[in-house]
Amino acid sequence: MGMTLTEKILARHAGLDRVEPGQIINAKVDLVLANELSAAVAINVMRSMKGAKRVFDRSKIALVEDHFVPAKDAQSAKLARQMKEFAAEQEIEHFFDVGRGGIEHVVLPEEGLVAPGELIVGGDSHTCTYGALGAFATGMGSTDIAAAFVLGEVWLRVPSTIKVLYDGALQEGVYAKDLMLATVGKLGIDGATYRAIEYHGSTIDALSITGRLTMANMAIEAGAKNGIFHADGKTLAFVRERTERPFVVERADADAAYERIVAIDVAALEPQIACPHTPDNVHPISQVTRDSIRLDQVFIGSCTNGYIDDLRIAAKILHGKKIASSLRVIVNPGSQKVWMQAADEGILKTLASAGCVVNTPGCGACFGGHMGTLGDGERCLSTTNRNYVGRMGSPKAEVYLASPATCAASALTGQITDPRVAELASAHS
Amino acid sequence: METTLRGHAHTYGKNVDTDVIIPGKYCNIVDQAELGKHAMEGIDPEFSARVKSGDIIVADSNFGCGSSREVAPIAIKGAGVSAVIAKSFARIFYRNAINIGLPILECPEAVDAIAAGDEIEIDPAAGAIRNISKGTNYKAAEFPPFMRSLIEAGGLIPYVERRLAEGR
Repeated sequence: MGMTLTEKILARHAGLDRVEPGQIINAKVDLVLANELSAAVAINVMRSMKGAKRVFDRSKIALVEDHFVPAKDAQSAKLARQMKEFAAEQEIEHFFDVGRGGIEHVVLPEEGLVAPGELIVGGDSHTCTYGALGAFATGMGSTDIAAAFVLGEVWLRVPSTIKVLYDGALQEGVYAKDLMLATVGKLGIDGATYRAIEYHGSTIDALSITGRLTMANMAIEAGAKNGIFHADGKTLAFVRERTERPFVVERADADAAYERIVAIDVAALEPQIACPHTPDNVHPISQVTRDSIRLDQVFIGSCTNGYIDDLRIAAKILHGKKIASSLRVIVNPGSQKVWMQAADEGILKTLASAGCVVNTPGCGACFGGHMGTLGDGERCLSTTNRNYVGRMGSPKAEVYLASPATCAASALTGQITDPRVAELASAHS
Repeated sequence: METTLRGHAHTYGKNVDTDVIIPGKYCNIVDQAELGKHAMEGIDPEFSARVKSGDIIVADSNFGCGSSREVAPIAIKGAGVSAVIAKSFARIFYRNAINIGLPILECPEAVDAIAAGDEIEIDPAAGAIRNISKGTNYKAAEFPPFMRSLIEAGGLIPYVERRLAEGR
């Protein structure tokens, strides 16, 4: 019996010919990531470990300031400073200060720090994003990250793999985000717990790299350990443009054993909405818009949908128009590079002219930190990945999740709106 | 290893996520006791006022889903909770709880039978759960051998220290 893509990568990093689901392995890591929140705890843990003086390899650690940036208060500033001092002391090569990076999961692929076949662990649950490039990547807590800092290894239980099949062309107005919301809805929020998701099919082959990043990002929303795509020509072009480092492209064997195979009906897929208060409470937009759902805030950005393609989609819909007077729209480019690209293309001006506020890259609004926190009774439509009670602020607020197109279309009307109508309108204008 | 733990049950449903265990706005807090003041705030604002040292959280499936924030189990521990019993745990929370020394037990039968306020006694090493209020006994799922050796070694930190002493 052959191995899945995840099993292949884990076996090679554990120095084994083969691994099987359930097996516990010690695997070498190619990169360890932390942000100022997870690093704060990890650094303290590392300092408490007897014999732990230096990180295992200063070129294989990435530290990104992104959660409470720019610092929202003195305590956040202290954590950021602590990470900066640690980076200097340990001579960490990949340290991203405010203004020089952005959201960790947007920054690492962009900077060539992720390549196919690599094994990456990060002190953030959305570390699974890097599966988009054919890497095994998973989130862990700070103590595990501290151990990886010093050992360059982690223990892992080999997950069984769920193969998800997507075949056919997406309808106009339907995007990678909708595919993934439908997937989380189908699997359920613990449907892939302890498992790998392997994405397959012609829809996936046709998808851009940013679309794949969006999909891999939300593997954790089904509880998965990782979500992974096979590297193809697009992947290699994306990675080769950014690094000359050698890497090994792995492929699942033809006779790999999958725990189960799930198919998503792509041709019939409408834009999808995750309703409050779990990311698997997913419904097609035609059902959701039967009621008029008024909004107080629209948020476009995050490690799920803060890529240049996402901003282009939003700008196309909002170009020359004004957002509804009843709401506010917050746009958050995913990284400094995305921000600059959007500036060059006139996107930031288009969005600002429509009445959106364009923020600096960061995680704040998505996790209820700062820069767009919801108040009691408020309702937000967001391109982010989670809508748990209190996720974006008040426990009495509601968060709906959708694609950038659905968010932009809804920004114009002030209520949840099918982007296919808005896109049609902009095509004729 | 911990000896016997004893306290009253606080019961919750399924999919208790890390955002309600410790809301994002508190994630820049490092102090365990301070975090404990906000434990479970998103789902149960009165929890920190009500909880007594040694009390036990009892929840349905997928406890701790969502973010990788290690402050989630730290906040629970900081509130004085001695253990969490659930039908199942989300993956990252499971690792984090073991790493920081918060006893967790998987036992669907116990979860179904325990009511809020029941007095519970736990022997974490044996996986034994006793509902003193109802006079019933349960056995939690055993940890896989590797996890057991990690727990017996005192957690991940001593494990790493030993590896470092052995020259990796």
